[in-house]
This record gives sequence, C-alpha cells and structure tokens, in this order.
Amino acid sequence: MKDSLYNYTLRLGDTSLILAQRLSEWTGHGPFLEEDLALTNIALDIFGRAKGLLEYAAKKEGKGRTEDDLAFFRSDREFFNLLITEQPNGDYAKTMIRQSIIDCFDLLFYTELAKSKDLTLAGIASKSVKEITYHKRHSFSWVVRFGNGTEESFSRLQKGLNEIWAYSGELFEMNEDDHNLIKEGIAVDLDSLKQKWELEIKELFEKANLVIPETLFMQQGSRKALHSEYLGYILAEMQSIPRMHPNAKW
Amino acid sequence: MHTKEEVFALLSEIPDPEIPVISIVELGVIREILIEGTHIEVFITPTYSGCPAMKQMEDDVRKKLSENGFNEIKSTIIYSPAWTTDWLSEEAKLKLQNYGIAPPEETTSDKSFLTNSKKNITCPRCKNKNTVMISQFGSTACKALYQCKECLEAFDYFKCI
Repeated sequence: MKDSLYNYTLRLGDTSLILAQRLSEWTGHGPFLEEDLALTNIALDIFGRAKGLLEYAAKKEGKGRTEDDLAFFRSDREFFNLLITEQPNGDYAKTMIRQSIIDCFDLLFYTELAKSKDLTLAGIASKSVKEITYHKRHSFSWVVRFGNGTEESFSRLQKGLNEIWAYSGELFEMNEDDHNLIKEGIAVDLDSLKQKWELEIKELFEKANLVIPETLFMQQGSRKALHSEYLGYILAEMQSIPRMHPNAKW
Repeated sequence: MHTKEEVFALLSEIPDPEIPVISIVELGVIREILIEGTHIEVFITPTYSGCPAMKQMEDDVRKKLSENGFNEIKSTIIYSPAWTTDWLSEEAKLKLQNYGIAPPEETTSDKSFLTNSKKNITCPRCKNKNTVMISQFGSTACKALYQCKECLEAFDYFKCI
C-alpha cells in the first residue's frame, strides 16, 4: 500500500516534470512573443504540480530524500514519466497536438483525482484542474486553428499527430499499484476515463479535419521505467548543474 | 504575546512580491495561523501551482515574524482549498485597478470563465469596455493580456480562477 502510493505519486510527478521540461524548451523560441509567454506559463504551472507531487512522493518514500533529490539525482531507468511527455517538441503544430492529447486526459484525470481519499493528492489535483482548464482551451484552440489554416499548417498538424499518436495508449495503462490504490479510493480508474477522452479528442480532430493514423500497436514501457532514446538527453540537460555542484545553495 | 489577529495585521504589511500595491493577506494566500507560545505555524497556499513568488512570500513571512519576537517559525504550503480570485476583497480589486491591472470581473461560481464566454473586460486606464484579449497568458501566471481598442494601451487582466 505504502509503496504503491509512492510509486503512483512518483509516476505522476515524473510525468509532470518531464512534460514541463520539454515545454520549457520553447521559452525564448516561441513563434511570437505572446505564445512564448503562454507556453512558458503553462510549463510553469506543470513544474509547480511536479514539485507538489515529488515532494509528497519523497515524504511517502520516507528515506529523507527531497523533491530536488528525486528530480536531479535519479537516472533514466528510475523515471516513470509517460513516454509521450519525452517525445521531441517538433514544430509548434506537433507540440500543440501532443499538448491537446495530454490536456484532454489531464483534465479528466485530475478532476477525478480531486475526489481521492488521499487528501494531499486531492488538494494538488483540485489546484491543477483550474490550471489545466486554461491549458486545454489554449492547445485545443491552436489545433483547430492549424487544422483550418493553410495547407501547410494542416499538413504539419497531421504529421505531428501521426508521430505522436502511438504514445497515447499508454495514458490509460494501469498496473498493480493502480489496482491497489483504486481499492482504497485513492487512485483513478483509468478505464472509466477512456470513453470520455476518446469522444472529446475525436470531436477535436473532426474540427481540425484530422485523421487518426492507423497504428499497429501502442508504445509502452514507462511503467517499467523503459524509455525512448530521448529521456537521457533531457535528464543530461536538466540535471547537469545540480550534479556538477551537488551541494550548491542560492 | 501576539494574538492571531495581530499576526494577520503584521503580515498585512507584507506586499505581494509581484503586485506590490496589495498585501499577501489581501491576496488571500495566508490561510491559517497557529500560535503556541513562541512557536508559530503559517499556512500559505499558492495562487498558481508554479507561482515563482512563493519562496519570496515564505521568506518575507519568516523575516517579519522573526523581527516581531517569534523564534520557532514554520511555514506550510497547502493546496486545498485551492486559491480562488473570489478571495480578493473589493478593496484589493480597487487597488489593482488603480495600479493598472484589471481585476477579475466574475466570480468562479458563474462558470462563464470555463466556456470563455466572458463579457468584455474594462480597461483599467480609460474605463472603456471596448477591449480585446491578446493572450490568455500574461506577464505572470495569474494574468491574461488584453488591449484597449479606445486608448490602445495593453493591460494585464487578473484571470478568474
């Protein structure tokens, strides 16, 4: 039970951390100033969520580690973030299509997690719901705009979807930690979200004229800390300063 | 020894690090204060999960309290109930407006912010309602960016959450 709660919280924290790190790569490189600010703000919200979750995970682990230790002193085989979060940003269309898939899931997920019997998780979730509402409106509006813009914007959006879709199945994967915690009223039953998510995402794709690519299989691995080739590079960049100066204070 | 009310009054002297015209108490982020002898615990909630001003607020609270005779100071971050713009007092909203930031115009209970069907925001400078949203995400996480079509000034709007 205790281990399951640690594993579960760590997985949610890692997913938020790596997504925020990826999105923050756009800081200073956004397509125009307002978008640069928007995506930086969104990344910041998600970093904040990661901090809350990793802080709680560290507490549940009970080995005296802090959220910073978890973020900066683990290697890729100890990270449990969803594979979709570590995929390269690509162009803005790809970043937005990935974000819309995640925002749609996250709003459903955190709305349910806000009802968790674990009050810390419920608190972090209820806070996040308000923020994700804004994130989703932002990413959905860009998907519709790109999908109905020019031939170029549409083809880039479709290309982005083709590249990212195989990573969407993992959103709904559950293991024994989920099942243990669902029994306790702590975790969210992901099966219960799937239909709503599919409806909403299909409605969005229709508005953007997108076709869901045919995939032979959905990518998996993050539940066992098996990652694509991209995570190592993200960690190398994110962790280099704390690892170079492990006791630095400022 | 200080009472809870006195401590709230003390903390009311601390300006918000990013919007110095209102205090952190007016902002509504100080949720509870527990005092036992010289020991004090302050419960703070973030406006947004990633609000970068949190650390500054905690440091300011500690400084203010230690200057006023508290030796054992604990600050605890809480997430529930989640901060809402409904906690901004009318007085605080007026201060925001005079500072050039349009205050939130709805309460979260009317839910119009969810559907994005909000009425036009009033320009804090010329009070015109002929304004347009430039970006949902402004200079800080808690603000959106608007422009007034009459005086042409861009201004921040305190988002309703």
